[in-house]
Amino acid sequence: MSTPKPHIHLEMQSNAQYLSGAREMTGSVAKRLGFNDAQCSQISLAVDEALCNIIRHGYKRKPDEPMWMSIWPIDEGGNEDRGPDPFGMKIVIEDVAPQVEPEVIKSRCLDDIRPGGLGVHIIREVMDSVSYEKRSGGVGMRLTMVKHKHSTKVPGQAPVRGNSES
Amino acid sequence: MSSPTHIEYREEKGTAVVTPFGEIGYPEAAPFRAQLKQAQDKRTPRLVVDLSNVAFMNTPGLATLVEALQTSRRTNTALVLCGLQDRVRAVFEIARLHTVFKIVGDLPTAMTP
Repeated sequence: MSTPKPHIHLEMQSNAQYLSGAREMTGSVAKRLGFNDAQCSQISLAVDEALCNIIRHGYKRKPDEPMWMSIWPIDEGGNEDRGPDPFGMKIVIEDVAPQVEPEVIKSRCLDDIRPGGLGVHIIREVMDSVSYEKRSGGVGMRLTMVKHKHSTKVPGQAPVRGNSES
Repeated sequence: MSSPTHIEYREEKGTAVVTPFGEIGYPEAAPFRAQLKQAQDKRTPRLVVDLSNVAFMNTPGLATLVEALQTSRRTNTALVLCGLQDRVRAVFEIARLHTVFKIVGDLPTAMTP
């Protein structure tokens, strides 16, 4: 079965000046889909961190490379939900940066107090499901994130995982 | 989109106070870092970062504050954060940094040695 067309599809350049626009749009959409204020902040933060990582690590700060974000409201089974009160939200972010093995994209140990390497940790903490994969064609990565409205996960409370740089 | 951040600096009774306004995301982290470095170069015994006017912060912003914390430890000066809005405090908590920094509720408390 083919993937249904995204309800929202955003194409933007890898210019950090536009990150605030992307996260505000995402937070606003999440609000419309029925997420509470804290969840909207978490979702927009995850999007910001993901796009930020692409700009910094994927594109090495080049400001004119493409990034795409697609959004679907979903039901409990992860399928498109066209109703007024969806179970959750799926966000897919793609780029054409050099590919890396998805396994190397990990959170780092937070016991080591130093700048950097926190973005992936934040994304994994605030979203219910996070997966990285290589895009077909040998170039670019795809990040799929899911957030449920009735998630029992409390960001900042889960055991710290991983010990590699993100 | 939100307004770009601007940053104010002042000294009062031997304490340096850095007050950013707006958001501290990726594009704003560099000027924020420069202002913090400039403040720490003055070697006042205490540096207060008043975050009460900051509506958003992400990990580049956090990283800048961690760098400032490392400098404060190296130079034996105090670094105090105050006025964190709920959305910003949540980012510190997710990154487990809320116990690493000295964080107080408001500016008058932060100014008190």
